[in-house]
This record gives sequence, structure tokens and C-alpha cells, in this order.
Amino acid sequence: MRIRRLVRMAWKSLWLHRLRSLLTVLGIVFGVMSVISMLAIGEGVKEEAQAQIRQLGASNLILASVKPPEPEGGNEGNARVLAYGLLRRDLEAIRLAIPEVRHVVPRRDVPVEAWVGHRKVQATCMGTEPEYLAVAGLRLAGGRFLTRTDGAERAAVCVLGAEVARRLFDHRDPVGELIKAGTHTYRVVGTLAARGEGTGGTAGVGGESDMAVFVPLPTLQERTGDLVRVVTSGSMSSESVELHRITVQAVSADEPVVQRVAQALRALIRLRHDRKEDVRLTVPQELLRQARESKRIFTILLACIAAISLLVGGIGIMNIMLATVVERTREIGVRRALGAARRHIVAQFLAETVLLSVGGGALGVGLGLLLPQVVTWTLGMPTLVLPEFLVLAFGISALVGVVFGLYPAARAADLDPVEALRHE
Amino acid sequence: MTAIVRLEGATRLYRMGEHTVRALDGVDLEVPEGQYLAVMGPSGSGKSTLLNLLGCLDRPTTGRYWLAGRDVSRLDDAALSRERNRRLGFVFQSYNLIPHLTVLENIEVPLDYAGVAPRTARERSTGLARRMGLGERTDHRPGQLSGGQQQRVAIGRALANDPVVLLADEPTGNLDSATGLEILDVLDGLCAAGRTLIVVTHDPKVATRAHRTIHMLDGRIDREERRA
Ligand SMILES: Nc1ncnc2c1ncn2[C@@H]1O[C@H](COP(=O)(O)OP(=O)(O)OP(=O)(O)O)[C@@H](O)[C@H]1O
Ligand SMILES: [Mg+2]
Repeated sequence: MRIRRLVRMAWKSLWLHRLRSLLTVLGIVFGVMSVISMLAIGEGVKEEAQAQIRQLGASNLILASVKPPEPEGGNEGNARVLAYGLLRRDLEAIRLAIPEVRHVVPRRDVPVEAWVGHRKVQATCMGTEPEYLAVAGLRLAGGRFLTRTDGAERAAVCVLGAEVARRLFDHRDPVGELIKAGTHTYRVVGTLAARGEGTGGTAGVGGESDMAVFVPLPTLQERTGDLVRVVTSGSMSSESVELHRITVQAVSADEPVVQRVAQALRALIRLRHDRKEDVRLTVPQELLRQARESKRIFTILLACIAAISLLVGGIGIMNIMLATVVERTREIGVRRALGAARRHIVAQFLAETVLLSVGGGALGVGLGLLLPQVVTWTLGMPTLVLPEFLVLAFGISALVGVVFGLYPAARAADLDPVEALRHE
Repeated sequence: MTAIVRLEGATRLYRMGEHTVRALDGVDLEVPEGQYLAVMGPSGSGKSTLLNLLGCLDRPTTGRYWLAGRDVSRLDDAALSRERNRRLGFVFQSYNLIPHLTVLENIEVPLDYAGVAPRTARERSTGLARRMGLGERTDHRPGQLSGGQQQRVAIGRALANDPVVLLADEPTGNLDSATGLEILDVLDGLCAAGRTLIVVTHDPKVATRAHRTIHMLDGRIDREERRA
């Protein structure tokens, strides 16, 4: 009851100077708003990175062929064939030499135009093996994935990524239909569920599967050989790449296991691709660690900004409250004459400061809920507001009110009643 | 008759660097219950200092003060605040109402500090406002009232906790003579109802209504006169 009355009285005198009260709490408002927004952005980035890494698979290690830097004075002959990247012999070596591995899955990518009737889509023909489905964490939408038999028989079958299926067949079921990929014809035996996550980042297995046409690796090899024709700024050149990717799945996602496999793979690559720099190893788990580390730095930075802005906000409130105490010296004297003890005066001014800062905090929370939305809409940045951010920001602003309100309140309470009554 | 107020050798010194100002210089004073006492004297003679002492807003440098039988001369701030709240009522020259509170809320300030429940407080403040002839104006703010009306609110507020003594420092000082008379009539009414009144004034008209008048000079009681 006393508290309610105290708050009501505090509200009354703050309402008397609405504009001033609003301006006073602006520091707190923006402080709290920026704390929440930055936490939300940090959390969104972390969440996205984690989702990406989950998609890559925490127990996976990904070897990818990368085009090595151009040798000096190169690029003269038009018909030059650049050979680089992972070899089928690398695949065998990994299967033989690396322990603690569950699957080793190769993949070869050939850009193709996929046709059905007059519909055309630019896709990637990916030659791979049956285990790819599980290792890349893909799900079937219909039909089946590639089988061992498909490979052994060099069968002309394919499984369509979700986007390819949608663009070629709309809502018709593609299973059983024929498509043309480049100059070859394949029968569709299955379709994949959409992955949809952009381009899949660094070593993404993510969204690229949506635009893929999966075929048995032996079939692709038989039909296209190892040459890939690429057009670079007008001039045509050919590259010879046996495999574009080898996904190695460790027997578990435990960090030591993954680390051991990573080490063994690095040693093997060093041995077999000495100084060629045409193979890159990506370990999603390491990315996760990096993401955590950068989040930690971000959080520390954020905490500093938050502390500074709330400090500034608190000082602003204290400044105004000190002025208010002077302005209301007479009132303080009157209240003391009417029987207010020091603690009553402290309570009165503290109530005003806390109400100010909590009000500012509430306003800041409101804006802090809104701003991340705006950031997401306009910049396309992912954001995530967790309930504990709001509690934290709100709690801190209340604390700021108490801390910065105590001094002005004490000043008010220490005024001599007789002096205060004579003031003005 | 028992003395509600008893001062014994009360002095109040103000130290001003090298100098010491003797605002009160050994005052003995007894005010029996129900007495209407007027305090007069030239400016700077120590009237307000005396009233502040009697009002427990200040403590004597030396000497003692009994309020309704209790020695309050060495009480701490919290205890003095309590005395002011429960046993004393103040009326000031410039009304000293709190500007952003309504008439009723102003009257409720002392009740609030006494811990009276809001509902009871509202009943009592409404009753006091009616007694002071402010029945129509209970939701107005001080700025919307005339000086006389404001002073009546102040008197209502001073009476809120049913004090044993009502202290007033020049209650008519800011009012024209007609309105001043009105306020004096209100005080007369309180006196008739048995309230102890101590009123500091420059106005000889007040003295004609008081039971007893003391004249201050240089921090002492110079002389006193009683009405038959
Ligand atoms: N806080 C103070 N510091 C120093 N001297 C003071 C203080 N308060 C009062 N005095 C001095 O004490 C003396 C008595 O002052 P007081 O206010 O009691 O006079 P008063 O009789 O009420 O005068 P007035 O009729 O003008 O109100 C004066 O000389 C005054 O200067
Ligand atoms: Mg005076």
C-alpha cells in the first residue's frame, strides 16, 4: 500500500515535467535499446552460424578441390588444360589410411543445363555415392536416392534437388519422368526435400543441394570424363578435376576424434598434394569454435558499450535529480515540518529516480524489441531476442535508478528543515 | 492546568565564523493546555527561532524543552520528525502548500507520514476540508485557490493528525485585512474548541484575540501581557 502511494506520488511529480522526464531518461532508453538490439544481433549471428554448421555436420570433415593460384606467365595457349584437385587415388588412400572414419564420400560437380520439354534450369550435376544422402544430412521428398546397383550398372538415373524439381516440374511428381542434363538423358528416381539455406557459406553442403541433379558417380565419369569446360571472360579453357569434394564422416562428433581425423587428413594431403595448394580442408567443428570465440569478443565489447551508455544515462538522471532537489527545497522543508523523517524523503526521491529509470528501461525494452525486427527487414541480418535479454536490460536500468538516485535522495534528506523552509 | 509546552533556559546560538549570534538567549516559557499565545516583537528578535524550537524543527543549543510532558530537547532526527508529525501542526505565512497536489492530497501529507490507511486518510481529509469551508474545492490545486483559501487548506493540513499544539508564523502576513480576519476567526474557533495555539505575529489585532501575548527582544522575553 505504502509502495503504491509512493509510486503514485512519484509519477505525479514526474508527470508535472513530462518533457523533462522524457529527455532525462533518453540515455537509459537508448542504452537499454542498444543493449537488447546488439545482444539480439549477436545471438542471431551465432544461431545462423550454428545452423550452418549443423547442416555441414558436426562429425564431418570436408575436403574440397580449389583452383591453385595461376603459375607465372601463364594463360597463353587457349587450349591449355589445367589439372588440379582431389584424385580418385586420394579417395582410396583416405579409405585405406585414415582410422576412426565411418564414411568417405566423393563428389564430382559438372555445371549443366537441365531440360524438360521447353523448361530449362541452370543446375549442377553432382556425381556421388549412396552414402551422400546421410552424410550431407539430406532428406528425400519422394522416390529413392542413388543405390550401389545404380553405380555398378552405370544406370542413367538421377535424384533432383528441390528447386530443380520445382522449376522443371512445378507441382507434378517428377519420379519416373525423363530429364536431359547437358546432352545426356536421365530418369528421375527421387527428389529431395528443400534445404533452402542460401548458398551454404564456406564449404556449404546447404542450399547447393537444392540446385543439384544427383547421378551415380561412375555414370557421370563414363559420360563426361574428367574434363570440365569453363568459360572465363570470353576465352574458353578446360580444367581437369577428378573429384570436387570428399566428405569424410568421423565415427563420432567428439572433439578429440574429429581433431585426430583432421590431423591425419592434413598429413595425407600434405604428402599427396605437396605445395600445390589445390585442396582445402574444412572442419565444421572448428568453425563452431571460431564462431564461439568471436561471439565472446562481441559480448565483451557489447558489455562495455552497455556499461558506458547506462553510466551516461545514470549520470544524466542524477544530474536532473540534483537540480530537482534544489528546485524543490521548499517542498522538502514543508514535508519535514509535516513529519517526514529522513527516510521518507529518501524514499520519495529514490522512487522518482527508480520510476524514471524503470520507465526508461521499459521504453528501451519496447524499442529493443522493435529495432532488431527493423534490422532484419532492412539489412536481412538474422536477429534473435531472448527473454533473458529483456530481464537483464530491465534489471540493470532499475539498478541504475537506485545507484544514481541514492546520492540526490541523500542530499535531499540531509537538508536542514529550517533552512529548507526559508529557501527561496 | 498542565503545561503542554515548557521551555527551560533555552538558548539558540548561530556560529557565523568569528561571531556567535544569540538568536535565543535563555528563554523560559510555559504554555498550558488550551492557551492561545501570541508572540510579538521586532524583526530579528528571535520569534521564528523560538517557534522552530517549539515546533521540533530545531534543537536548543542549551536548555531543555518538554512537549506534552516529554523531554524532546535531545531527541534524534527520526524521533523529532515523529513529534512534529503526531503532536504538532504548522501554519506558515506563505501557506507552503505542495503545488502539484490537490487540496485533499495536501491535507493527507501528514496522515501519510503517520501511516494512516489511504481510505481513512481520505475520509479525514474530506472532513477537514469541509470544516475549513473548502467542500467544493477538494480537487483543486493550490494555484487555483485564493490566498485565504490556501491558508485554510494549510490549517486543515496542520490539524490532520489532531496535534496538541498548533504553531503559526505570521499566518495573516500575506493576506489582505479582511481575509486575515477570516483566518483569525478560524483560529478563534480552534481556540474555542480547546486547541493550544502559538501564533507569531506583527499584527496587534491578533494580540487582542489571544489569551496571552509575549514580546521578544534580542532573543529574550522582554515582557508579557494577559487578557482578562
Ligand atoms: N540560520 C541562521 N544563521 C545565522 N543567524 C540566524 C539564522 N537564523 C536566524 N538567525 C539570526 O537569529 C536572529 C533571530 O532571527 P529570527 O528569524 O528568529 O527573527 P524573527 O523574530 O523571526 O524576525 P522576523 O520578524 O523578521 O521574522 C536574527 O538575528 C537572525 O539573523
Ligand atoms: Mg520570523
